[in-house]
Amino acid sequence: MVSPGSSVTDRVRALVAAHRGDRGALLPILHRIQAEFGYVDSDVVPVLAAELNISRADVHGVITFYTDFRSEPAGRTVLKLCRAEACQSVGAEQLVAHAEQVLGIKCGQTTPDGSVTLEQVFCLGNCALGPAGQVNDRVRGRLSPARLDALLTETVNR
Amino acid sequence: MTTIYVPRDSAALSLGADEVAAKLRQAAGDRPIQIIRNGSHGMLWLEPLVEVVTERGRIGYGPVEPEAVDDLVAAGLFDGADHELCQGVVADLPWLKDQTRLCFARVGVTDPLDPDDYVAHGGLAGLRKALEKTPEEVVAEVTDSGLRGRGGAGFPAGIKWKTVAGTPGPLKFICCNADEGDSGTFADRMLMEGDPFTLIEGMAIAAYAVGASEGYIYIRSEYPDAVRTMREAIAVARDQGWIGEKAGHRFDLHVRVGAGAYICGEETAMLESLEGKRGMVRAKPPIPAITGLFGKPTVVNNVLTLASVPAILAGGAAAYQELGVERSRGTQVFQLAGNVARGGIFETAFGMTLEKLIHTYGGGTRTGRPVRAVQVGGPLGAYLPADGLDLPMEYEAFAAAGAMLGHGGVVVFDDTVDMGAMARFAMEFCAEESCGKCTPCRVGAVRGVEVIDKIRAGQDPDDNLALLGDLCELMTEGSLCAMGGLTPMPVRSALLHFADDFGPGSPNGGGHR
Ligand SMILES: Cc1cc2nc3c(=O)[nH]c(=O)nc-3n(C[C@H](O)[C@H](O)[C@H](O)COP(=O)(O)O)c2cc1C
Ligand code: SF4
Ligand code: FES
Repeated sequence: MVSPGSSVTDRVRALVAAHRGDRGALLPILHRIQAEFGYVDSDVVPVLAAELNISRADVHGVITFYTDFRSEPAGRTVLKLCRAEACQSVGAEQLVAHAEQVLGIKCGQTTPDGSVTLEQVFCLGNCALGPAGQVNDRVRGRLSPARLDALLTETVNR
Repeated sequence: MTTIYVPRDSAALSLGADEVAAKLRQAAGDRPIQIIRNGSHGMLWLEPLVEVVTERGRIGYGPVEPEAVDDLVAAGLFDGADHELCQGVVADLPWLKDQTRLCFARVGVTDPLDPDDYVAHGGLAGLRKALEKTPEEVVAEVTDSGLRGRGGAGFPAGIKWKTVAGTPGPLKFICCNADEGDSGTFADRMLMEGDPFTLIEGMAIAAYAVGASEGYIYIRSEYPDAVRTMREAIAVARDQGWIGEKAGHRFDLHVRVGAGAYICGEETAMLESLEGKRGMVRAKPPIPAITGLFGKPTVVNNVLTLASVPAILAGGAAAYQELGVERSRGTQVFQLAGNVARGGIFETAFGMTLEKLIHTYGGGTRTGRPVRAVQVGGPLGAYLPADGLDLPMEYEAFAAAGAMLGHGGVVVFDDTVDMGAMARFAMEFCAEESCGKCTPCRVGAVRGVEVIDKIRAGQDPDDNLALLGDLCELMTEGSLCAMGGLTPMPVRSALLHFADDFGPGSPNGGGHR
């Protein structure tokens, strides 16, 4: 989606059309765009605004309000680590520090080679088996630094 | 044919349940086995919990790591043979036997997506009973049961339904709040993954009672497995004619997925989000019951509230109402989390003490160290000290103790916890997740982090403690919703019970060891 050719515009229009019958469809549409392109490029804003008959500012406002919507592509593996209270009680902060050190990046960043994006998240609903994390949408539990290292090696090298 | 159960609940998946199921299939070789992917019974320390159907009942093995499968099978798992991981007959385990499972009656027991299994285990009895009554009678039944909202605020469900029922309009909505953002809570998720038809049934009953034709389940995006299961279950329910065009009364259901905003759990922010907007909190009045989704009369209820309704209709309001204490009637699905030896779901009548839940059932901390603090009710709930746990779990007793029962999540911390850091985190979380509509919350939380940092660094501690007190006061009094209004609760309770952790030389300062 780097150069928004007409194909991207067409695709976005098609996604909007697929949700034509849905009430308040902007979020489902944005989820579909992100699932397909990996992020929500600012170039889709005017297309969505025109198709949905709302202002560009409104579309932009929605995209930026929600942390899920990325403005640029993520790494090939997205690692989310829970930093909420229940996971903190079993060492989430140390796990996050370990991940940052091993990957050489901070939460919210992607490794320079584009392999891993590290993000913090507040609760994954796995609070009795913390520290919890999510690797490409798969939830993981009881993540010790060693288990995290093994998981990263396995996922990144695949 | 041997029948094996391996949970599909994401807590079980997080420790390799899929791999366990695959290994079991492999290890079975020529032996005919059938693997059913059930929900989790909620004994999460035993996950993945594999069950084998024998004539003695369902024999459980857990926790089963994928690597242990071959050994277990060699030892005779398929015949229910003894093994160090064998837990015996699962239904007889004290943890389960001591519960009163109404909302969670089928979770872990049935195949979540099998409609026949659902009906065979009492499913649809509530909806059938409801359809024999008038809508007014159904509302009265829910009111008489004493059911209060399980999402946190504890508002009587029947009163809300009555308002929606009494507001005329051609289009009304049932919105299920499945945003479950509170740390330490996972019951909504486990119900949606383990017994989604119960939620659908509860929503269908609500729709009939108030005259709604459309329903939405707003599930947070952090729960991809629940989203999938719920969508599949809705398709099955339509196919069965429980909802949709084939159903006797007009009601259809849709799943909507959040996008990573805690504030969208607040009901009006959720409605904004469902309308495709930023999740900004609305000022009340108007209340959603009258002016809700797209301005129409709307029931907003938590997953557990709606999922409790079928059992209430099936068993009658009186039976439900008999359970519990004071103004907290029926059962609550408590969730034991954090640093606890045996974490999971414990559904029981209101009134059990926190002490008993944590020590008798939870078995104390996972690390084996003494319990030091417990947070109940999510990130906006109070921290209680280890000697303050002799508290009956019911709404009013908690309020009287300056705490909050909330969605029933209980997070345990051992004696290495740095409560100054936890207080700081409460402010940090509020700053991160504030919708930004009002200044006391948006700016107050940022200032709160700074002030706590100064106190912890030993800078003018007396002045800064006074400032923190004022800030908490301002947030409590001046915030539009409970995000800003209740963030002071964890902060103040931490200050009250763990003042020593706020000095620069505090024993637990600087994080966990
Ligand atoms: C910041 C904030 C977050 C909330 N999060 C949730 C949530 O995740 N799930 C929920 O059911 N209620 C949540 N609530 C409560 C809802 O506003 C509302 O009271 C509830 O959905 C009503 O349903 P109930 O009466 O069945 O509990 C939250 C409230 C606030 C202020
Ligand atoms: S208290 Fe915070 S979250 Fe609630 S409305 Fe105000 S700014 Fe938004
Ligand atoms: S607090 Fe980490 S998964 Fe819930």
